[in-house]
Amino acid sequence: MKKFSVKTVVATGIGAALFFVLGRFVAIPSGVPNTNISIQYGVLAFIAAVFGPVAGILSGLIGHFFIDFSFGWGVWWSWVISSALFGFAMGFVASKMKIDEGVFGKKDIIIFNVAQIVCHLVAWAVIAPVLDIVIYAEPANKVFLQGLTGAGLNIVATAIVGTLLCVAYAAAIPKKGSLKEEK
Amino acid sequence: MNNLFNYVDRQSPIHRLTGATKFVCLLLWSFAAMSTYDTRLLAVLSVASFVLLKVSKIRWKDVSFMLGFTAVFLIMNNVLVYLFSPDHGVELYGSCTYLFGLSGKYAPTAEQLFYHLNYFLKYLATIPFVLLFVCTTNPSEFAASLNKLGVKYTVAYSVALALRYIPDVQREYHEISQAQQARGIEMSKKATLFNRLKSAGTILVPLILSSMNKIDVVANAMELRGFGKNKKRTWYMGQRFRWTDITAIIICIILVGVAFLCNYMNGSRFYNPFI
Repeated sequence: MKKFSVKTVVATGIGAALFFVLGRFVAIPSGVPNTNISIQYGVLAFIAAVFGPVAGILSGLIGHFFIDFSFGWGVWWSWVISSALFGFAMGFVASKMKIDEGVFGKKDIIIFNVAQIVCHLVAWAVIAPVLDIVIYAEPANKVFLQGLTGAGLNIVATAIVGTLLCVAYAAAIPKKGSLKEEK
Repeated sequence: MNNLFNYVDRQSPIHRLTGATKFVCLLLWSFAAMSTYDTRLLAVLSVASFVLLKVSKIRWKDVSFMLGFTAVFLIMNNVLVYLFSPDHGVELYGSCTYLFGLSGKYAPTAEQLFYHLNYFLKYLATIPFVLLFVCTTNPSEFAASLNKLGVKYTVAYSVALALRYIPDVQREYHEISQAQQARGIEMSKKATLFNRLKSAGTILVPLILSSMNKIDVVANAMELRGFGKNKKRTWYMGQRFRWTDITAIIICIILVGVAFLCNYMNGSRFYNPFI
């Protein structure tokens, strides 16, 4: 795990800003309340994969809090917490990857996507609905439908956007040992 | 930036509280409203939060847009709850009273309607308070006061940085999006979902790459100035705690206590008039 350095502080701040802007202005409603096609989770997964779990959990927490804050519809702690946990879990899974050294191969793509599918399912189809039931005493089948729809949409968004970002970023970084001594 | 967060700069007792106090009060207030389904307490909280809105000199037109948004959201949620489980109230309150001589799966029961009343009240108790927080808290002051609450200043600084870079990221996103649209990228409803996500990618890649550069530059600049060397730092927007802050927090703690007391006296989280 990477320690909480100055770079993590900055990455958290800018990651949260990205999360906020994409979630606030680029959201495409899906018809089920509380649930959007949210490309910001692709970015969150990417930030978490590059800068570690601490940046992931805080970017999710701050970004999602500010989205709810600026819409003014009340802060939905159950969903804010799920966003934060998703960021943390992705950072944790990806802590062995070396995206910032320009390595993101087929194996990493598969691990990244399996991880994001599992994390999204746990966050939106288990944690968020359970918190909704505990906090708001909503009927179970309604919150689980919302959760599953959200999870499905987020998985698609992260699979496309997140993977694309990781591949593009890794390709933009010069590989280790790409310089050769001339003889 | 203040427009983005609906901050309304006026002089009122609530504006004068520190952001940290209002944040703690928001947490305690929502916690009290979330933990209980006691109709009487929720009604008191709803009335109180509207009174507070009045005290803070927030005008109807400052919040009407957000309230409209919330109303749509609330109605949709209620309809969904009713469609999915019309007998949720019957399960919760353990009795079944059909109204208007109707019976069947979707027939209205007194318990279900009472549950919906509570559901409405729960929103009414929390949402005006959130609006109050949103409208009276200066975002920069909020980041500064997080540190006073015992949040590590590195984390509080992340919040401040996020606020600082939101307008930048927003402008950059807009510029890149226009440039890509000029090159023929389709983002509207005409494109399929998959293509829309792919074209979102063509905007995101340049945005992320430039953000990564920004992270490097800002992190280096902060490191050069010795950020993180000392245990404490001062804040330009920071404010001192006054006795009003402490009073406000104590009142909210008492509210949480009352909520727990109600839950204890009712024997569950629900106030049941049907017994």
